[in-house]
Amino acid sequence: MRWSGDNTSYYDFIRSNWQANMAGRLGGELDFGYAWNMSVHNGVYDAYTNAPEASAFVGDVSAAATAAKAAVKTGEWEVSLYEKEGIGNGLHANNPWLQELPDPISKVTWDNYVCMAPEDMIALTGVSTFRDLYIGQESPAHVVKVSVNGVDVELPAIPSPGQAPKSVSIALGYGRGANGERVGRAAVVTDPESEVMGSVGKNVYPMTSVAGGTVQYGGVGTLSMTGATYPMALAQTHMTAMDRHSIAKETTQKDWAEHKAKAPGSYNEPHTLGVHEDVNADGTINTLDRKPTSDFNLWSDHPVEQVGHRWGMSIDLNSCTGCGACITACTSENNVPVVGKDEVRRSREMHWLRLDRYYSSDMTHAAGKEQGIGKIDRFLEMEVPSQNPKVFLMPVMCQHCNHAPCETVCPVAATTHSNEGLNQMAYNRCIGTRYCANNCPYKVRRFNWFNYVTDKFAEVNPAWDELGRMVLNPDVVVRSRGVIEKCSLCVQQIQAGKLTAKKEARPLKDGDVQTACMSACGMGAITFGDLNDKDSNVTKLAADERAYYMLDEIGVKPNINYMAKVRNTEEAAHHA
Amino acid sequence: MHSEAALREPLILGHKTYHDITNDIVGPIENKAPRGWYILTTIAGLIACYGIGCILYLFSKGIGTWGLNKTVDWAWDITNFVWWVGIGHAGTLISAVLLLFRQKWRMAINRSAEAMTIFAVIMAATFPLIHMGRLWLAYWVFPLPNQFGSLWVNFNSPLLWDVFAISTYFSVSLVFWYIGLIPDFATIRDRLTKPSWKKAYSILSFGWTGNAKAWTRFEEVSLVLAGIATPLVFSVHSVVSMDFATSVVPGWHTTIFPPYFVSGAVFSGFAMVLTLLLVMRKVMHLEAYITVKHVEYMNIVIIVTGSIVGVAYITELFVSWYSGVEYESYAFINRATGPYWWSYWAMMTCNVISPQLFWVKSWRRNLTFTFFMSLVVNTGMWFERFVIIVTSLHRDYVPSSWTMFHPSWVDVGIFIGTIGIFFTLYLLFARYFPVLALNELKSILKITGESYKAEAAKQHHH
Repeated sequence: MRWSGDNTSYYDFIRSNWQANMAGRLGGELDFGYAWNMSVHNGVYDAYTNAPEASAFVGDVSAAATAAKAAVKTGEWEVSLYEKEGIGNGLHANNPWLQELPDPISKVTWDNYVCMAPEDMIALTGVSTFRDLYIGQESPAHVVKVSVNGVDVELPAIPSPGQAPKSVSIALGYGRGANGERVGRAAVVTDPESEVMGSVGKNVYPMTSVAGGTVQYGGVGTLSMTGATYPMALAQTHMTAMDRHSIAKETTQKDWAEHKAKAPGSYNEPHTLGVHEDVNADGTINTLDRKPTSDFNLWSDHPVEQVGHRWGMSIDLNSCTGCGACITACTSENNVPVVGKDEVRRSREMHWLRLDRYYSSDMTHAAGKEQGIGKIDRFLEMEVPSQNPKVFLMPVMCQHCNHAPCETVCPVAATTHSNEGLNQMAYNRCIGTRYCANNCPYKVRRFNWFNYVTDKFAEVNPAWDELGRMVLNPDVVVRSRGVIEKCSLCVQQIQAGKLTAKKEARPLKDGDVQTACMSACGMGAITFGDLNDKDSNVTKLAADERAYYMLDEIGVKPNINYMAKVRNTEEAAHHA
Repeated sequence: MHSEAALREPLILGHKTYHDITNDIVGPIENKAPRGWYILTTIAGLIACYGIGCILYLFSKGIGTWGLNKTVDWAWDITNFVWWVGIGHAGTLISAVLLLFRQKWRMAINRSAEAMTIFAVIMAATFPLIHMGRLWLAYWVFPLPNQFGSLWVNFNSPLLWDVFAISTYFSVSLVFWYIGLIPDFATIRDRLTKPSWKKAYSILSFGWTGNAKAWTRFEEVSLVLAGIATPLVFSVHSVVSMDFATSVVPGWHTTIFPPYFVSGAVFSGFAMVLTLLLVMRKVMHLEAYITVKHVEYMNIVIIVTGSIVGVAYITELFVSWYSGVEYESYAFINRATGPYWWSYWAMMTCNVISPQLFWVKSWRRNLTFTFFMSLVVNTGMWFERFVIIVTSLHRDYVPSSWTMFHPSWVDVGIFIGTIGIFFTLYLLFARYFPVLALNELKSILKITGESYKAEAAKQHHH
């Protein structure tokens, strides 16, 4: 500070300034030196504030609702603005992990859009069925113009089953980086080869207004088709579970209780196969003679039962809210590359853990048979979600099959079974035939289509340059072009846990090892542990009557189980 | 000695002499190539260069330049692979199986069919190589001793079986083809006058002298190789089919695949032989050797194998319903009515309906119609592999991963490129190699029989 004629150091200057002006707020009765040191150490100071005054709610909800409804005139659209799970109010727009995190419901990445009721979209676009609204790699979305409070925004529209007709929703927090705002690489696309240039999404904050001293997130406006189309990157393009019970298992509380009263576990019976022997000892061999699929083995069992560890996981579908924190935790822990909008559009997102979203459909096999609808039409109808569907969310990662179809087909044995029950991937050995990915019934294997740390992905992948590489987890190798990768059940954490226990000369305890998804899950829906440990949580959960294995009947014997979703509704729903 | 009923149409038309055969086959090699050859070779060569350029682009950027995705990890690459391997089935069938069954009519077509086989297998082998993410480590698929530790190949993997099946098939076919060429190269050597060319064919003919002992050995070796090659005709495509049959993917996991694939392969192989021969016979004036009778025989093989393929398609459909497996049932309904319905119906039309037209005798003896049908059959067989691979994968077990496959220009470029490379090789073969097994053909020439006697009788009268 000599330039100003003052010989005190910066440190002393700032400290004396704090002592003069902030001392009262720092630390209360503690001496200033301690409080100052703590503030410097923590990087923040804890201000003492008064408790907020209690406030009473004085509004008239029903009157407000009636007023809001009356405000929408014929031909007008109710527009609501909301914050998305990943991007929030826009604070996270520069975070490529969150841009690439698919919205839990729409599964759209790298964009905001207009959520519209499918019937409104059918009417506006003039297509004949819901299936024609398909958005995929070469099927772009229709762009609509929404005008609210004198603000026009053109955005792609997506069919959003369950959205109320004549209402649309648009996410806030997008469109950052426009007009030269220096917000961070991920929020802006500058690659001239990309189909989209400029900011990611559009800013809809100008559509908000202030009324009665509060911000109104939405309003009433008009909407029209522009005739333009816009490519969108969806991590999941299919809407429904196609009535496949062994994938998405759910029931209602009522149904569950009834089954439970009848016989424990009767709701969730294992899949059986008819056999040619008299299993039920009724003297005849007929279709009633069945054995559970677990009795059938093409391969001899791996010697992991009761020997050492056998890692497994249980995912409670009742607890999962679909927030997607597990996906980002996994991305961060395992150096999963961010590949950008264009690659996601080509169904090439690299997430080791994905969140499957299934809308319920009015059509099921049972309903179809009842109504005499043929199989072809039945399957077509199953692709269409109900008007007001239930949503089924399901985190899916490598199921670590004990009889893994991927392991048998690799010509160079790059994917093998560990003696702790893990299906493991030797990247160095992989030559990239992708046969394993084809043969994976769960489709969890991801291929490095390009070298994702080259400048082609500079826009999106934080790990491409020297500084960005700081984001990488040093315990996990970065995969190069041409190899397959997939969930390892955080094998590096398992190894670290085992080493810690070894150093402390004690056996590994349940809970010592947590996978990234498990520790990120705010709902405790994911439980990881040792299935050979009889007292571990995961062993108990695997024995629970809600536990089921996805695609149990194909006999791949996964180490990951799911706890069937029980909806707290009275209606006796089919197990869709 | 070859003898056959007088009722049969002769295998070689026109009153050819031994010398005529030599002239007809060696003549085109000795003389300047016609302008058409240069034009065709230039076109094929340019397409080949474009294909090679696309392959180099693929190497430089990554497999992502194809249209594949997380759900459809094989598409045009393996479709093309299976298509080319299938085409490469006719040659060995004609040369080995028909040799063992003493089908003398094979002599007019075996040389070019074998050449086609070799070139088709080369094209086929290209795809498993270039579809690898890390091509530079392709040698890891061989069970080579190494210093990486106890690393060995996975003998459970059908892809590994493929490596053995295709390399064996290629080696045996190549040796078989070359052994057959040796006496013919010697004939060319003996006729050529230009020293450099004479030298070249002299090297190619391995010092063939043509004495009786050499001929005995030649025939013995041919029989032995035919014995080795015959099981390969069935094993190669059976093994290729196991790439699919041993998987868990609905639509792939099918026990009828081996015989179904083998018939399909012979079906497409004969179609490709017809495509090539019908052009070659016209351009090189080989009408006396490759007769309508040959074409008819091959068309009968097409009816038989095409019908087996048709039965296989219908069996698959039946089993998908009869099994009661919801995934299997959906896979087949999706093939016929899903987003790729057009490829299924292209396959059904080209492979099931079209070969049945050959039941009409005048149609199967009509060369223009046969040529058109040979193209239809190979189009259909390409779609068959596309249907099996892409439509099975794009919607398999978990609907959340269902997606579409869209080929990129690199996918298309490489496929077209392999057709260009194939035709370039075939045109070079037609120019510099004896396109018919001329020495073998002489063994079925009836000059020793009727024409000699007729000639002698005429002499006697005077």
